[in-house]
Amino acid sequence: MIFVASGGLAQAEGPGDPTAVKKEDDGKWLDKEGTPTYKISADGTVDWFTYSGYRRYHSDCHVCHGPDGMGSTYAPALKDSVKTMSYGDFLGVVASGRKNISTAQENVMPAFGDNPNVACYMDDLYVYLRARSNDAWGRQRPAKKEEKTEAYTKAEDACMGHK
Amino acid sequence: MRKVLLATFLGSAAALSVGSASANDELIKMSQNPKDWVMPTGDYANSRYSKLNQINAQNVGKLQVAWTFSTGVLRGHEGGPLIIGNIMYVHTPFPNKVYALDLSNENKIVWKYEPKQDPNVIPVMCCDTVNRGLAYGDGKILLHQADTTLVALDAKTGQVAWTAKNGDPTKGETGTSAPMVVKDKVLVGISGGEFGVQAHMTAYDLKTGKLAWRGYSEGPDDQILVDDKTTALGKPIGKDSSLKTWQGDQWKIGGGATWGWVSYDPELNLIYYGSGNPSTWNPKQRPGDNKWSMTIWARNPDTGVAKWVYQMTPHDEWDYDGVNEMILSDQSINGQARKLLTHFDRNGLGYTLDRATGELLVAEKYDPKVNWTSGVDMDKNSPTYGRPKVLDAASTEKGGEDHNTKGICPAALGTKDEQPAAYSPDTQLFYVPTNHVCMDYEPFKVSYTAGQPYVGATLSMYPPQGETNMGNFIAWDGKTGKIVWSNKEQFSVWSGALATGGGVVFYGTLEGYLKAVDAKTGKELYKFKTPSGIIGNVTTYENGGKQYVAVLSGVGGWAGIGLAAGLTDPTAGLGAVGGYAALSNYTALGGTLTVFSLPN
Repeated sequence: MIFVASGGLAQAEGPGDPTAVKKEDDGKWLDKEGTPTYKISADGTVDWFTYSGYRRYHSDCHVCHGPDGMGSTYAPALKDSVKTMSYGDFLGVVASGRKNISTAQENVMPAFGDNPNVACYMDDLYVYLRARSNDAWGRQRPAKKEEKTEAYTKAEDACMGHK
Repeated sequence: MRKVLLATFLGSAAALSVGSASANDELIKMSQNPKDWVMPTGDYANSRYSKLNQINAQNVGKLQVAWTFSTGVLRGHEGGPLIIGNIMYVHTPFPNKVYALDLSNENKIVWKYEPKQDPNVIPVMCCDTVNRGLAYGDGKILLHQADTTLVALDAKTGQVAWTAKNGDPTKGETGTSAPMVVKDKVLVGISGGEFGVQAHMTAYDLKTGKLAWRGYSEGPDDQILVDDKTTALGKPIGKDSSLKTWQGDQWKIGGGATWGWVSYDPELNLIYYGSGNPSTWNPKQRPGDNKWSMTIWARNPDTGVAKWVYQMTPHDEWDYDGVNEMILSDQSINGQARKLLTHFDRNGLGYTLDRATGELLVAEKYDPKVNWTSGVDMDKNSPTYGRPKVLDAASTEKGGEDHNTKGICPAALGTKDEQPAAYSPDTQLFYVPTNHVCMDYEPFKVSYTAGQPYVGATLSMYPPQGETNMGNFIAWDGKTGKIVWSNKEQFSVWSGALATGGGVVFYGTLEGYLKAVDAKTGKELYKFKTPSGIIGNVTTYENGGKQYVAVLSGVGGWAGIGLAAGLTDPTAGLGAVGGYAALSNYTALGGTLTVFSLPN
């Protein structure tokens, strides 16, 4: 998997209208700009990426950023961070890490580009956090979800190095 | 290979025997002086009991703040200061500053040490950049830095006497634990259970910082330092006891971190500590008992060789680290005087063992909500003697990958975490700060990358059904395994307790209260809200004829992650926001030492 972060770096604002307009073969929904987004039906069924993002977030991200993207005593609430961050910036920070060092705090985010448990699920994480940022999804585990597609499974296995 | 190593150990021990005897005798003597607090654990028995009784159950209600000290760091402040004569030594989380304060001269800073550390170590510290404190021995103050540098500072000047590198942060190995000085050695553990490290307990020479021995938690016999006399529950463990319980080479990334506390029995010449969870959190991915993760270790401090081991949670399925402290007491059970070891495990069971032999005497739930097990098999003739019976409903192994197992109590942070309990020989009771939290746990497949988190489970945490208190502070009878009294706390109690000769027990709360309760009844006698939430351990000392009580406040640690925003209510409807109290509504970051005394 290749991560191209440069495209979005100039953009300092959030991703805009989250309405899902197009579905890809792997089950990923895109907004009108072509940015990954969530799709949640009235009965609470979430798209596969929101569900997968929930799970991956609560394995690798929550140990610093707290449950449900709510933040902790030492790492920011990502449900708020993604409001003012472009998709490209998000990918860049997750892949390369960042340092925010001030007089009061030394916040260091590691680079996850080499960690398949995170790197293979960047879009999943983004979609989940985007849903959290708009309160489209609350502080709970999705109970109903769209099924994992064959195309997604194939890409996941290739990325994770599974046979 | 093994013989050669042993010969080297014996040789170096003999050469240093003069120095060793004196350092050891000095520390034993100093730890018996209740005016001082010379070890992170108070004494070798880890009792956290002080004979001081100027502050007692009658007058503690008049306690007031005598002085405060800002550490200049805003992060989770675990552990507590050392007090030796007129000097108090205060440590901080990353960047791991050390201050020497002159208690006889307006608490003036005599010296300050601040290491230069690569900030890239910060994100490989699971669960905040905490540090659990300092040790003293042979005129030196010992600090285990975040980057795993063990440094010995001249206690008078703060000058570096020597340094040793205990691990490699680029592989996820970090330093959070307090060192312990035993005889002529400094013992130090390592963190990184969520990064797939092969964890170890390591002894360094107190004079030089040279590595003396290293005993891993898992691996071949010559790495875990066991021999044909090492026993588990009275029986020899036999050859390759660890290797047989892992698939292939998985032990090399097997975890078993050792970041808890160390205790020592000078008469038996044994040190005791616990090893943590096996890596990853996905049990399906690491078949076998995963020995000797989740284990109580009794090792010879001179050679490192284990006398006995006891694995509490074979093949962990819930992240129930076994690192919590081992408290040594001498009590009678059924009319027979016994040398006991009592341990409150993350898994929710309070264990009492014979510390000379490792015989299991008591294993009972110290939170009635514990529901992953129906109890430990205590039948010596049973093939499953000493094993907990795992209930299917709570088994994440049975549930399997990609299945969410619900309503498991306790949660991964355990019925108790590192926050040490206290033991009072006056009441013969243990005073235990506990968590009262349950969880849903869903394991899934993960890949290992050196220096990257290796977790493999999704979890959500919440109080037991029908309850809103997330903690209890309890008194426990270790001889019978029964709760004597229990006080509800809104949040997990994440502060180390202190018992005193004045019949008072102290602890801190996550909202920031220092509380004093009656040792016999648990009745609250005093509370004061310090500047930030307390995850530090309460300490007492005497200076100028006056008894003081000191505690670090500074919210953080794992409690700062899970509870800062409030826990989720899994039964709440769509769109509901945190059903339980959020810690962030009560306290904010801080870093202050608050010292209390009675008015003049």
